[in-house]
Amino acid sequence: MSVTSYNERPAIKAGETDAISVPWSRPRPKRSWISSRAVSAVTILVVLAAWALSARLQLVSPVFLPSPAAVWTKFIVVIKDGFVDATLFQHVVASLGRVFAALLAAIVIGVPVGLAIGISTVGRGIFDPLLEFLRPIPPLAYLPLVIIWFGIGEPSKILVIAIAMLAPVALSTASGVRGVSKERIDAARSLGATNRQVVRHVILPSALPSILTGLRIALGAGWSTLVAAELVAATRGLGFMIQSAAQFLVTDVVVMGILVIATIAFVLEFIIRRIERQLVPWAGRE
Amino acid sequence: MPHLVLDKVSVHYDGQVAPAVERVSIDVAKGDFVVLVGRSGCGKTSLLNVAAGLVEPARGVATTGGRPITGPGSDRAVVFQNDALFPWLTARENVAFALRLRGVPQAERARRADELLALVKLDGAGDKRIWELSGGMRQRVGLARALAAEPEFLLLDEPLGALDALTRERMQTTLLDLWTAAKVGVLMVTHGIEEALVLATRIIVLAPGPGHVVRTFETGFSRRYASGEAIRAIKADPAFAAARGDLTDAIFEGEAA
Repeated sequence: MSVTSYNERPAIKAGETDAISVPWSRPRPKRSWISSRAVSAVTILVVLAAWALSARLQLVSPVFLPSPAAVWTKFIVVIKDGFVDATLFQHVVASLGRVFAALLAAIVIGVPVGLAIGISTVGRGIFDPLLEFLRPIPPLAYLPLVIIWFGIGEPSKILVIAIAMLAPVALSTASGVRGVSKERIDAARSLGATNRQVVRHVILPSALPSILTGLRIALGAGWSTLVAAELVAATRGLGFMIQSAAQFLVTDVVVMGILVIATIAFVLEFIIRRIERQLVPWAGRE
Repeated sequence: MPHLVLDKVSVHYDGQVAPAVERVSIDVAKGDFVVLVGRSGCGKTSLLNVAAGLVEPARGVATTGGRPITGPGSDRAVVFQNDALFPWLTARENVAFALRLRGVPQAERARRADELLALVKLDGAGDKRIWELSGGMRQRVGLARALAAEPEFLLLDEPLGALDALTRERMQTTLLDLWTAAKVGVLMVTHGIEEALVLATRIIVLAPGPGHVVRTFETGFSRRYASGEAIRAIKADPAFAAARGDLTDAIFEGEAA
């Protein structure tokens, strides 16, 4: 090895630096002694155990809190024989059908509305106050009006869910559109893109990660208005099943229904996250 | 031969007391490599944006080939400091973007894009996603994308500004190769004094308050590279060092030390 020196200090000879050096180096590990996943698993097990124990010791009457075993048995029974004239599968399909029909409506209306808010001042002026008005109203409050206007049929149920989904879809789209970098748009325009092409080829794909996040939030919001939507004149659906069970004090079906709703919400969230990773792999990597 | 001309252009942004640029004239002919340098606030980027059609001058006119510039156009492709590439497209699709806007068929687009990728020395990287590329490679894709529009002029806004020093050095020769191969006129903004000397055929030094031209240098180092001389030999030439001294003086002229 040769050293070229531009100053008058003598070059350091081999071995001289060793006095201050550490014998060997290794990266400093920074780990926690336990993962948060493990903590979550333990938490769930503890809650289940407490539930089982209180049922076993008969601390509360089964009318208030049925045992896990009773709920499980009921789960199997409802899968096989059904409850209020429909099997569990049919209830699930009815509810999922409504939620996805509502999601479709929310996308068809919400994405263009979000684009309008994000792109044009006029669009923002029109839709922003309307959405801000709709957003905080609980579904149970507008449910009666929807029934008066549209009757007690299936469209009303879908509409109630769709209204809850509209704001998250539109607002996420708008925030995605506003987040598109000016340079990206300017670059496209200088490559000859018309306004329409800028929207189609630059703004929409740029906003896609944000739109998908909006869909995920909307699905959560819609799923949680399910019970309200199925309050009126439903003959099938998880929300309807729970309400019927409550009227007859069949608490094990109520608890089972709640667990099924929670599980499906969890699975939907998981699926959408997978879709996000497939569709917008660049999100967070730019 | 088409010229990109800014004639006594002033830029005055809405809501600001003083104009950003006052009465600056620039003439870029096809085949020129004009570099704008100057301290912060001298209006370099404003002038580039006027040429790009992204900013309207308050006074004066901007024309290409005699026609007034009324907006962005594919005869003047812009490359920004941050690549502004589209991450949902592959490198090849990014390069082919301008062709897709014009409705060029898929196969023809891919062929042309691959040619341009080869020109910026990214052969075989066509299928790569943008986030898989390094900063230097992204900037190469950005340049290839701009050239795909077959512009007469390239407008470069500190295209090498975000790169590390070594990558930057290598990209300078790539830029010169592209300029020679594509026979375009270039208007470029930079902070780098040496970079300006290596690349330019003309260097325009601007000073702030409001932005105005203080000096113009006609330089020949990039032509020497284009006619085959090695870049290191050029940089080692005493004339290069002398020019660097003059340029530095011009940039800091009138500034309180």
